[in-house]
Amino acid sequence: MAGRLKATKKMKSIMKWYYIEAKYARYLGKKIAWITSGGPVEPLIAMNIIPIYPENHGAMIGASKKGGKMSEFAEGLGYSSDVCSYAKNDITSSITKESPIKGGLPKPDMLICSNNICGTVLKWYEIQARKFGVPLFIYDTPFVHTEFTEEAREYVNEQTKDYIRFLEKHTGKKFDYKKMKKVGKLSLEAMRLWKNVLETAEHKPSPMTAFDAFFHLALIVTLRGKKVVVKYYKQLLKELEVRNRNNVGAVDNEKYRLLWDNLPIWFRMRWLSEKFASHGAALVADTYTQAWCGVIDYVDENDFLSTMGEAYTRIHLNVGVDQMADTIKKFIKQYDVDGLVMHSNRSCKPYSFGQYDIQNLLQDEDIPVLMIEADMTDERKFSDSQAEARIDAFMEVIKQRKKEK
Amino acid sequence: MITLGIDIGSLTAKAVLYDGKQVMEKHLIPVGYNSKKAGVKLMEELLQKAGVDQTDIGKIVSTGYGRNSIDFAHKAVTEIICHGKGIHHQMPHIRTIIDIGGQDSKVIVLDKRGNVANFIMNDKCAAGTGRFLDVMARAMETEIHEFGLLSLQSENPSKISSVCTVFAESEIISLVAKGENREDITSGIHLSIARRIASMVKRLGMIPPVAMSGGVALNVGLVDALQKILDTKIETTPFSQYSGALGAALLAQEL
Repeated sequence: MAGRLKATKKMKSIMKWYYIEAKYARYLGKKIAWITSGGPVEPLIAMNIIPIYPENHGAMIGASKKGGKMSEFAEGLGYSSDVCSYAKNDITSSITKESPIKGGLPKPDMLICSNNICGTVLKWYEIQARKFGVPLFIYDTPFVHTEFTEEAREYVNEQTKDYIRFLEKHTGKKFDYKKMKKVGKLSLEAMRLWKNVLETAEHKPSPMTAFDAFFHLALIVTLRGKKVVVKYYKQLLKELEVRNRNNVGAVDNEKYRLLWDNLPIWFRMRWLSEKFASHGAALVADTYTQAWCGVIDYVDENDFLSTMGEAYTRIHLNVGVDQMADTIKKFIKQYDVDGLVMHSNRSCKPYSFGQYDIQNLLQDEDIPVLMIEADMTDERKFSDSQAEARIDAFMEVIKQRKKEK
Repeated sequence: MITLGIDIGSLTAKAVLYDGKQVMEKHLIPVGYNSKKAGVKLMEELLQKAGVDQTDIGKIVSTGYGRNSIDFAHKAVTEIICHGKGIHHQMPHIRTIIDIGGQDSKVIVLDKRGNVANFIMNDKCAAGTGRFLDVMARAMETEIHEFGLLSLQSENPSKISSVCTVFAESEIISLVAKGENREDITSGIHLSIARRIASMVKRLGMIPPVAMSGGVALNVGLVDALQKILDTKIETTPFSQYSGALGAALLAQEL
């Protein structure tokens, strides 16, 4: 039994102090910006602004199994039950202060919203900007149907300049280009390390599962550009490499390797991880956590600022289904997986909408695909017995196929 | 070796005794609220019917939603594999199976050797399941076994647009109020569920020949509607309701 990764404790401590610092930001003379998960955070770090992620908070609410209840509150205010549960959780928490963090998220001084992850964030952030009476910056990334055009490059790079002017105006400070260079390098280094961490799972047996990745992801999302992230992932990487040298797998007797698509089902992480492990199956990779290192090649280490626009535009959720399917095909080979598990996520439309098309595009791969209907935080949209029947049947099919090979 | 296959569904529990060459006896009871009790009762009644002693049974495999509640089974296997096995045994040429159960419907594609190659289940909703038909039959004040026959008599099927069981029920009430006849409404209901099933079949990629398994295969109206929409012949067997239990009994032979 591999047991828990030792780095986990360190990670919890880093996140704890991150939220404590944010809570007392005013005492430290720092400003707070709420930002979307795919938003360009590095300029904030360079300006000494603390980034806060309502989506990370939403995940914490989901993991604490409060997502259904908090969504219900927002629905009572008039939001449709089809609205993203991260948005509903955030809107609810900002009113009721209900939160896994005491007192809820610290009040923002400004909001930074990029629509590279979805369209919902635009309305969500507009609502919060009105509620808190703070300025909102929208970083608009054109959808990459097939290619990233020169016009698109010019369009996003213009916005990078606007973004800097926005930050200068609302902090009353000049933008620190020198620090930005350092932050850019650190951010890229963190992404590379994160990639290395995820790639340790190529080893058989895999030293980590997607469930580990979902957890250790928090730092690359929230604090990339800071030294602590680089240091942490170096430690995690070392621990995983030791596991690989000793052939220690995260799942006992790993027999089957699976790929996960979409966000986690935060309120059923343990149940799912135990369910798959009981079949000797390890979820060795996922498209979600890979998204934070999928665009490394588009960033110039020495000129982060003028290349980040392209990188932020080309992320997994902002490209056409052909490219999404190509990414999945790549992972199927890279991680040598026996099956694909797709979470059809009621909340996340851009992630879930093309899943059947992607399945069709994968037909040549000859790989069984399981679809689980759920939601990332709303437990009202999940049925244990239905999911169990599907998972058991899927694993029986995989076992049968593997026996025949 | 004598083996027993038990299929505990959400509405009915089925059991089949198999002696290694052929089916010895079969039995069906409603599940009620306690699937564990139902399993015990089912086995006892079946053994009595067949005149077989429990000690004569070599192995037992359970399947269906209540498969894990049968603690006297040697193994629990999901209905996907069991239906695949059961249908392949009865009709070895079949490549695509449509099974409409009480709370979910599934489409299974078999490879040439009869093994499950892929499957798909309905999304988390009662539309397109046996339960939908039950609710609609009740709304039409028809017995479920007459429901299909009623639908065959229609010449001008009503349009049922809602895919939601609850909304479809109120849609039907308004069609009745408008004076549309029972045959046409019933046919509309069958076409509506058939369309839903057909989209699942297409999603998975239908490989003919196609068979229908499970209790709903006895509904001639639905088989007819599916044939029309999928434009292919759908084969059934009088034994269709027991296909899952038969598959379980066959798998028990391999234990």
